[in-house]
Amino acid sequence: MSARDAVAAVVDPEIRVITIEELGILRDVSEEPGGTVRVTITPTYSGCPAMDVIRSDIRQALADAGYPDSEVVTQLRPAWSTDMISESGRQALATAGIAPPTPAGPVLVPLAVRCPRCGSPDTEELSRFGSTACKSLWRCRACAEPFDRVKPL
Amino acid sequence: MTADLVAGYALRIGDDALIAAQRLAEWSARAPEMEEDIALSNIALDQLGVARSLLSYAGLLAGADDPSAARDEDALAFGRDDHEFRNCLLVELPNAGPAAAPGTPGDFAVTMAKLLFVATYQHLLYERLSASTDEQLSAIAGKARKESAYHRDHATQWTVRLGDGTPYSHDRMQAAVDDLWPYTHELFTDDPLTRGLAADGVGPTPSALREPWLATVDLVLSEATLVRPVDGWAPTGGRDGRHTEHLSYLLAEMQVLHRAHPGASW
Repeated sequence: MSARDAVAAVVDPEIRVITIEELGILRDVSEEPGGTVRVTITPTYSGCPAMDVIRSDIRQALADAGYPDSEVVTQLRPAWSTDMISESGRQALATAGIAPPTPAGPVLVPLAVRCPRCGSPDTEELSRFGSTACKSLWRCRACAEPFDRVKPL
Repeated sequence: MTADLVAGYALRIGDDALIAAQRLAEWSARAPEMEEDIALSNIALDQLGVARSLLSYAGLLAGADDPSAARDEDALAFGRDDHEFRNCLLVELPNAGPAAAPGTPGDFAVTMAKLLFVATYQHLLYERLSASTDEQLSAIAGKARKESAYHRDHATQWTVRLGDGTPYSHDRMQAAVDDLWPYTHELFTDDPLTRGLAADGVGPTPSALREPWLATVDLVLSEATLVRPVDGWAPTGGRDGRHTEHLSYLLAEMQVLHRAHPGASW
Protein backbone atom coordinates (compact mmCIF):
# COMPACT_ATOMS: atom_id res chain seq x y z
CA MET A 1 0.00 0.00 0.00
CA SER A 2 1.37 3.41 -0.89
CA ALA A 3 1.85 5.97 1.86
CA ARG A 4 -0.75 8.15 0.20
CA ASP A 5 -3.36 5.37 0.20
CA ALA A 6 -2.65 4.56 3.85
CA VAL A 7 -3.13 8.17 4.93
CA ALA A 8 -6.14 8.78 2.68
CA ALA A 9 -8.03 5.92 4.36
CA VAL A 10 -7.79 7.48 7.86
CA VAL A 11 -11.29 8.38 9.03
CA ASP A 12 -12.34 11.48 10.90
CA PRO A 13 -12.44 10.50 14.59
CA GLU A 14 -15.62 12.49 15.31
CA ILE A 15 -17.52 11.72 12.09
CA ARG A 16 -16.36 8.19 11.45
CA VAL A 17 -18.13 7.72 8.12
CA ILE A 18 -15.86 10.10 6.21
CA THR A 19 -12.13 9.88 5.47
CA ILE A 20 -9.80 12.82 5.95
CA GLU A 21 -9.27 12.89 2.20
CA GLU A 22 -13.02 13.12 1.50
CA LEU A 23 -13.30 15.80 4.17
CA GLY A 24 -10.72 17.84 2.26
CA ILE A 25 -8.24 18.31 5.10
CA LEU A 26 -5.45 16.17 3.57
CA ARG A 27 -3.23 18.50 1.59
CA ASP A 28 -0.16 16.47 0.70
CA VAL A 29 1.71 13.21 1.29
CA SER A 30 5.35 13.07 0.22
CA GLU A 31 8.22 10.68 0.82
CA GLU A 32 11.49 12.32 1.78
CA PRO A 33 14.79 10.80 0.51
CA GLY A 34 15.55 9.30 3.95
CA GLY A 35 12.24 7.37 3.94
CA THR A 36 10.34 9.76 6.21
CA VAL A 37 6.78 10.40 5.08
CA ARG A 38 5.72 14.00 5.39
CA VAL A 39 1.95 14.55 5.62
CA THR A 40 0.39 18.01 5.36
CA ILE A 41 -3.08 18.57 6.78
CA THR A 42 -5.26 21.60 7.47
CA PRO A 43 -7.72 21.99 10.36
CA THR A 44 -11.45 22.36 9.71
CA TYR A 45 -11.87 24.84 12.59
CA SER A 46 -8.98 26.56 14.43
CA GLY A 47 -9.90 24.87 17.68
CA CYS A 48 -10.99 21.48 16.34
CA PRO A 49 -10.13 19.06 19.17
CA ALA A 50 -9.97 16.13 16.72
CA MET A 51 -6.73 17.38 15.16
CA ASP A 52 -4.46 15.76 17.74
CA VAL A 53 -6.21 12.40 17.28
CA ILE A 54 -6.02 12.76 13.49
CA ARG A 55 -2.27 13.39 13.68
CA SER A 56 -1.76 10.32 15.80
CA ASP A 57 -4.09 8.19 13.60
CA ILE A 58 -2.09 9.23 10.52
CA ARG A 59 1.20 8.19 12.10
CA GLN A 60 -0.33 4.90 13.24
CA ALA A 61 -1.77 4.17 9.76
CA LEU A 62 1.63 4.84 8.20
CA ALA A 63 3.41 2.64 10.74
CA ASP A 64 0.92 -0.18 10.03
CA ALA A 65 1.57 0.21 6.29
CA GLY A 66 5.33 -0.08 6.77
CA TYR A 67 6.33 3.57 7.10
CA PRO A 68 7.57 3.93 10.68
CA ASP A 69 9.07 7.38 10.18
CA SER A 70 6.52 10.09 9.56
CA GLU A 71 5.90 13.71 10.26
CA VAL A 72 2.56 15.53 10.22
CA VAL A 73 2.61 19.26 9.56
CA THR A 74 -0.28 21.70 9.70
CA GLN A 75 -0.90 24.25 6.98
CA LEU A 76 -3.46 27.01 7.51
CA ARG A 77 -3.57 28.51 4.03
CA PRO A 78 -5.75 28.21 2.04
CA ALA A 79 -8.24 28.03 4.88
CA TRP A 80 -10.46 24.94 4.82
CA SER A 81 -13.90 25.39 3.37
CA THR A 82 -16.83 22.97 3.31
CA ASP A 83 -16.58 23.31 -0.48
CA MET A 84 -13.50 21.08 -0.17
CA ILE A 85 -15.61 18.09 0.91
CA SER A 86 -15.67 15.61 -2.02
CA GLU A 87 -18.80 14.25 -3.69
CA SER A 88 -18.24 10.82 -2.11
CA GLY A 89 -17.80 12.55 1.23
CA ARG A 90 -21.13 14.31 0.83
CA GLN A 91 -22.78 11.01 0.00
CA ALA A 92 -21.23 9.37 3.06
CA LEU A 93 -22.48 12.17 5.32
CA ALA A 94 -26.01 12.01 3.93
CA THR A 95 -26.11 8.21 4.28
CA ALA A 96 -25.11 8.59 7.94
CA GLY A 97 -27.97 11.02 8.55
CA ILE A 98 -25.85 14.20 8.49
CA ALA A 99 -26.99 16.86 6.04
CA PRO A 100 -24.06 17.87 3.80
CA PRO A 101 -23.26 21.60 3.56
CA THR A 102 -24.65 23.88 0.89
CA PRO A 103 -22.02 25.95 -0.99
CA ALA A 104 -20.06 28.36 1.24
CA GLY A 105 -19.89 32.08 0.66
CA PRO A 106 -22.55 34.66 -0.14
CA VAL A 107 -25.66 33.21 -1.76
CA LEU A 108 -28.51 35.25 -3.18
CA VAL A 109 -31.23 32.84 -2.16
CA PRO A 110 -30.63 30.61 0.90
CA LEU A 111 -30.87 26.98 -0.19
CA ALA A 112 -33.26 24.70 1.67
CA VAL A 113 -31.60 22.13 3.91
CA ARG A 114 -33.11 18.75 3.13
CA CYS A 115 -33.79 16.26 5.88
CA PRO A 116 -31.24 13.44 5.42
CA ARG A 117 -33.85 10.90 6.57
CA CYS A 118 -37.03 11.70 4.63
CA GLY A 119 -35.72 14.22 2.10
CA SER A 120 -38.21 16.94 3.00
CA PRO A 121 -37.03 20.54 2.54
CA ASP A 122 -39.36 21.60 5.38
CA THR A 123 -36.65 21.89 8.07
CA GLU A 124 -35.60 24.42 10.70
CA GLU A 125 -32.37 25.29 12.49
CA LEU A 126 -32.50 24.64 16.23
CA SER A 127 -29.00 25.80 17.05
CA ARG A 128 -26.16 27.21 14.99
CA PHE A 129 -23.72 25.18 17.07
CA GLY A 130 -23.94 21.39 17.26
CA SER A 131 -22.20 18.28 18.55
CA THR A 132 -18.89 19.17 16.87
CA ALA A 133 -17.35 22.49 15.83
CA CYS A 134 -18.31 21.93 12.19
CA LYS A 135 -22.00 21.05 12.66
CA SER A 136 -25.29 22.75 13.49
CA LEU A 137 -28.44 21.18 14.93
CA TRP A 138 -31.61 20.96 12.80
CA ARG A 139 -35.11 19.49 12.95
CA CYS A 140 -37.31 18.17 10.18
CA ARG A 141 -40.89 19.45 10.38
CA ALA A 142 -42.12 16.64 8.13
CA CYS A 143 -40.80 13.58 9.98
CA ALA A 144 -40.10 15.41 13.27
CA GLU A 145 -36.58 13.94 13.56
CA PRO A 146 -33.65 16.08 14.67
CA PHE A 147 -30.47 15.88 12.58
CA ASP A 148 -26.96 17.31 12.30
CA ARG A 149 -25.83 19.45 9.43
CA VAL A 150 -22.27 20.30 8.39
CA LYS A 151 -22.56 24.08 8.30
CA PRO A 152 -21.14 26.00 5.35
CA LEU A 153 -17.75 27.59 6.11
CA MET B 1 9.83 45.37 10.48
CA THR B 2 11.43 43.80 13.49
CA ALA B 3 10.19 40.44 14.67
CA ASP B 4 9.57 41.67 18.21
CA LEU B 5 6.97 44.20 17.06
CA VAL B 6 5.02 41.49 15.24
CA ALA B 7 5.49 39.22 18.27
CA GLY B 8 4.06 41.93 20.53
CA TYR B 9 1.10 42.31 18.25
CA ALA B 10 0.42 38.56 17.97
CA LEU B 11 0.56 38.45 21.77
CA ARG B 12 -2.08 41.18 22.10
CA ILE B 13 -4.65 39.66 19.81
CA GLY B 14 -3.75 36.13 20.93
CA ASP B 15 -4.34 37.15 24.56
CA ASP B 16 -7.69 38.69 23.55
CA ALA B 17 -8.76 35.32 22.12
CA LEU B 18 -7.34 33.29 25.02
CA ILE B 19 -9.02 35.31 27.77
CA ALA B 20 -12.28 35.50 25.81
CA ALA B 21 -12.15 31.68 25.51
CA GLN B 22 -11.60 31.24 29.24
CA ARG B 23 -14.54 33.49 30.14
CA LEU B 24 -16.86 31.73 27.68
CA ALA B 25 -15.76 28.34 28.98
CA GLU B 26 -16.99 29.35 32.45
CA TRP B 27 -20.49 28.78 31.04
CA SER B 28 -19.81 25.11 30.30
CA ALA B 29 -22.42 23.05 32.16
CA ARG B 30 -23.97 26.30 33.52
CA ALA B 31 -25.60 27.87 30.45
CA PRO B 32 -29.36 28.62 30.46
CA GLU B 33 -30.14 25.70 28.13
CA MET B 34 -28.39 22.74 26.53
CA GLU B 35 -28.10 24.25 23.03
CA GLU B 36 -26.59 27.40 24.48
CA ASP B 37 -24.15 25.42 26.58
CA ILE B 38 -22.89 23.75 23.41
CA ALA B 39 -22.84 27.02 21.48
CA LEU B 40 -20.80 28.90 24.08
CA SER B 41 -18.37 26.00 24.45
CA ASN B 42 -17.98 25.80 20.67
CA ILE B 43 -17.26 29.51 20.43
CA ALA B 44 -14.78 29.21 23.31
CA LEU B 45 -13.08 26.39 21.42
CA ASP B 46 -12.76 28.49 18.26
CA GLN B 47 -11.29 31.34 20.29
CA LEU B 48 -8.87 28.96 21.97
CA GLY B 49 -7.78 27.57 18.60
CA VAL B 50 -6.96 31.03 17.28
CA ALA B 51 -5.20 31.88 20.55
CA ARG B 52 -3.01 28.78 20.22
CA SER B 53 -1.97 29.73 16.68
CA LEU B 54 -1.22 33.35 17.62
CA LEU B 55 0.62 32.57 20.86
CA SER B 56 2.68 29.86 19.16
CA TYR B 57 3.66 32.41 16.53
CA ALA B 58 4.46 35.09 19.13
CA GLY B 59 6.61 32.59 21.03
CA LEU B 60 8.44 31.56 17.87
CA LEU B 61 9.17 35.18 16.93
CA ALA B 62 10.46 35.87 20.43
CA GLY B 63 13.32 33.53 19.60
CA ALA B 64 14.14 35.13 16.23
CA ASP B 65 17.36 36.76 17.47
CA ASP B 66 18.10 34.59 20.46
CA PRO B 67 16.76 31.00 20.21
CA SER B 68 16.85 30.64 24.00
CA ALA B 69 14.17 33.35 24.24
CA ALA B 70 11.65 31.30 22.22
CA ARG B 71 8.62 30.10 24.21
CA ASP B 72 5.85 27.70 23.36
CA GLU B 73 2.11 28.37 23.62
CA ASP B 74 1.83 26.71 27.03
CA ALA B 75 4.65 28.76 28.52
CA LEU B 76 2.92 31.92 27.31
CA ALA B 77 -0.57 30.93 28.42
CA PHE B 78 0.28 29.37 31.76
CA GLY B 79 3.63 30.84 32.71
CA ARG B 80 2.97 34.57 32.63
CA ASP B 81 1.67 36.75 35.45
CA ASP B 82 -1.22 39.19 35.03
CA HIS B 83 0.96 42.23 34.21
CA GLU B 84 2.53 40.29 31.31
CA PHE B 85 -0.81 39.77 29.55
CA ARG B 86 -1.68 42.19 26.76
CA ASN B 87 -5.39 41.55 26.23
CA CYS B 88 -7.94 44.35 26.23
CA LEU B 89 -9.86 44.90 29.49
CA LEU B 90 -13.22 44.04 27.88
CA VAL B 91 -12.50 40.31 27.51
CA GLU B 92 -11.35 39.86 31.12
CA LEU B 93 -14.47 41.41 32.71
CA PRO B 94 -16.50 38.82 34.64
CA ASN B 95 -19.54 37.22 33.02
CA ALA B 96 -21.62 38.91 35.72
CA GLY B 97 -20.45 42.38 34.66
CA PRO B 98 -17.62 44.83 35.43
CA ALA B 99 -18.68 45.56 39.01
CA ALA B 100 -19.34 41.96 40.05
CA ALA B 101 -17.60 40.38 43.02
CA PRO B 102 -15.54 37.26 42.29
CA GLY B 103 -17.70 34.14 42.10
CA THR B 104 -20.95 35.92 41.19
CA PRO B 105 -22.93 33.72 38.75
CA GLY B 106 -22.79 34.83 35.10
CA ASP B 107 -25.27 37.22 33.52
CA PHE B 108 -26.27 35.96 30.06
CA ALA B 109 -27.04 39.47 28.78
CA VAL B 110 -23.54 40.62 29.72
CA THR B 111 -22.03 37.63 27.93
CA MET B 112 -24.02 38.32 24.75
CA ALA B 113 -23.26 42.06 24.76
CA LYS B 114 -19.59 41.29 25.24
CA LEU B 115 -19.61 38.66 22.49
CA LEU B 116 -21.34 41.08 20.13
CA PHE B 117 -18.70 43.75 20.78
CA VAL B 118 -15.71 41.40 20.71
CA ALA B 119 -16.74 39.21 17.77
CA THR B 120 -17.71 42.19 15.60
CA TYR B 121 -14.28 43.68 16.33
CA GLN B 122 -12.47 40.41 15.71
CA HIS B 123 -14.30 39.80 12.46
CA LEU B 124 -13.26 43.21 11.10
CA LEU B 125 -9.73 42.77 12.41
CA TYR B 126 -9.24 39.28 10.95
CA GLU B 127 -10.73 40.38 7.64
CA ARG B 128 -8.07 43.08 7.33
CA LEU B 129 -5.30 40.93 8.79
CA SER B 130 -5.96 38.25 6.19
CA ALA B 131 -4.39 40.72 3.73
CA SER B 132 -1.41 41.31 6.05
CA THR B 133 2.11 41.52 4.62
CA ASP B 134 3.03 39.05 7.36
CA GLU B 135 2.44 35.57 5.90
CA GLN B 136 1.64 33.76 9.13
CA LEU B 137 -0.69 36.43 10.56
CA SER B 138 -2.48 36.47 7.24
CA ALA B 139 -2.93 32.68 7.24
CA ILE B 140 -4.20 32.57 10.85
CA ALA B 141 -6.60 35.47 10.27
CA GLY B 142 -7.86 34.05 6.96
CA LYS B 143 -9.08 31.03 8.88
CA ALA B 144 -10.33 32.85 11.99
CA ARG B 145 -12.30 35.37 9.92
CA LYS B 146 -14.87 32.81 8.80
CA GLU B 147 -15.36 31.42 12.31
CA SER B 148 -15.79 34.86 13.89
CA ALA B 149 -18.70 35.61 11.55
CA TYR B 150 -20.62 32.77 13.26
CA HIS B 151 -19.78 34.21 16.71
CA ARG B 152 -20.97 37.67 15.73
CA ASP B 153 -24.19 36.31 14.24
CA HIS B 154 -24.93 34.27 17.35
CA ALA B 155 -24.54 37.32 19.60
CA THR B 156 -26.62 39.39 17.18
CA GLN B 157 -29.53 36.95 17.34
CA TRP B 158 -29.57 36.93 21.15
CA THR B 159 -29.12 40.69 21.48
CA VAL B 160 -32.12 41.25 19.22
CA ARG B 161 -34.21 38.56 20.91
CA LEU B 162 -33.53 39.87 24.42
CA GLY B 163 -33.52 43.58 23.57
CA ASP B 164 -36.75 43.34 21.59
CA GLY B 165 -38.27 40.82 24.01
CA THR B 166 -40.10 41.48 27.25
CA PRO B 167 -39.69 44.77 29.17
CA TYR B 168 -37.59 42.82 31.69
CA SER B 169 -35.24 41.25 29.11
CA HIS B 170 -34.99 44.63 27.37
CA ASP B 171 -33.84 46.33 30.57
CA ARG B 172 -31.32 43.60 31.34
CA MET B 173 -29.87 43.77 27.82
CA GLN B 174 -29.69 47.58 27.90
CA ALA B 175 -27.96 47.49 31.29
CA ALA B 176 -25.38 45.05 29.92
CA VAL B 177 -24.68 47.24 26.89
CA ASP B 178 -24.37 50.32 29.15
CA ASP B 179 -22.01 48.59 31.58
CA LEU B 180 -19.65 47.30 28.89
CA TRP B 181 -19.67 50.22 26.47
CA PRO B 182 -16.82 52.20 28.13
CA TYR B 183 -14.51 49.22 27.67
CA THR B 184 -15.04 49.06 23.90
CA HIS B 185 -12.98 52.21 23.29
CA GLU B 186 -9.75 50.42 24.12
CA LEU B 187 -10.22 48.17 21.07
CA PHE B 188 -9.83 51.18 18.81
CA THR B 189 -6.94 52.95 20.55
CA ASP B 190 -3.78 53.47 18.48
CA ASP B 191 -0.30 53.40 19.97
CA PRO B 192 3.27 53.37 18.61
CA LEU B 193 3.20 49.60 18.06
CA THR B 194 0.02 49.56 15.96
CA ARG B 195 1.09 52.69 14.06
CA GLY B 196 4.41 51.07 13.18
CA LEU B 197 2.75 47.87 12.05
CA ALA B 198 0.13 49.74 10.01
CA ALA B 199 2.87 51.66 8.21
CA ASP B 200 4.37 48.35 7.09
CA GLY B 201 1.03 46.84 6.10
CA VAL B 202 1.17 44.21 8.86
CA GLY B 203 -2.06 45.19 10.61
CA PRO B 204 -4.82 47.80 10.51
CA THR B 205 -4.79 50.94 12.62
CA PRO B 206 -7.23 50.11 15.45
CA SER B 207 -8.93 53.52 15.21
CA ALA B 208 -9.82 52.78 11.57
CA LEU B 209 -11.93 49.83 12.69
CA ARG B 210 -14.28 51.87 14.87
CA GLU B 211 -16.42 53.25 12.07
CA PRO B 212 -17.26 49.90 10.44
CA TRP B 213 -17.66 48.41 13.94
CA LEU B 214 -20.17 51.11 14.89
CA ALA B 215 -22.03 50.56 11.62
CA THR B 216 -22.63 46.91 12.50
CA VAL B 217 -23.26 47.42 16.22
CA ASP B 218 -25.64 50.35 15.61
CA LEU B 219 -27.70 48.21 13.28
CA VAL B 220 -27.99 45.43 15.85
CA LEU B 221 -28.79 47.81 18.72
CA SER B 222 -31.50 49.55 16.75
CA GLU B 223 -33.09 46.26 15.66
CA ALA B 224 -32.97 45.24 19.32
CA THR B 225 -34.70 48.53 20.30
CA LEU B 226 -31.66 49.37 22.43
CA VAL B 227 -30.00 52.76 22.80
CA ARG B 228 -26.32 53.25 22.00
CA PRO B 229 -24.69 54.64 25.18
CA VAL B 230 -23.09 58.07 25.12
CA ASP B 231 -19.29 57.95 24.79
CA GLY B 232 -17.53 59.08 27.93
CA TRP B 233 -15.25 57.27 30.34
CA ALA B 234 -12.84 55.08 28.35
CA PRO B 235 -10.62 52.90 30.54
CA THR B 236 -7.45 51.51 28.92
CA GLY B 237 -4.25 49.84 30.09
CA GLY B 238 -4.64 46.22 29.00
CA ARG B 239 -2.23 46.60 26.08
CA ASP B 240 0.43 47.80 28.55
CA GLY B 241 -0.27 45.11 31.13
CA ARG B 242 -2.34 47.27 33.50
CA HIS B 243 -5.43 45.17 34.08
CA THR B 244 -8.52 45.10 36.26
CA GLU B 245 -8.35 42.89 39.35
CA HIS B 246 -10.62 40.42 37.53
CA LEU B 247 -7.78 39.10 35.36
CA SER B 248 -5.83 37.86 38.38
CA TYR B 249 -8.73 35.67 39.53
CA LEU B 250 -9.23 34.36 36.00
CA LEU B 251 -5.54 33.46 35.65
CA ALA B 252 -5.45 31.82 39.08
CA GLU B 253 -8.09 29.37 37.88
CA MET B 254 -6.72 28.95 34.36
CA GLN B 255 -3.10 28.39 35.42
CA VAL B 256 -3.43 26.43 38.65
CA LEU B 257 -2.86 22.98 37.15
CA HIS B 258 0.13 23.98 35.06
CA ARG B 259 1.72 25.84 37.94
CA ALA B 260 1.23 22.93 40.35
CA HIS B 261 2.53 20.39 37.81
CA PRO B 262 4.80 22.21 35.32
CA GLY B 263 5.01 20.41 31.97
CA ALA B 264 2.31 17.88 32.85
CA SER B 265 0.69 16.14 29.87
CA TRP B 266 -1.80 13.35 29.34
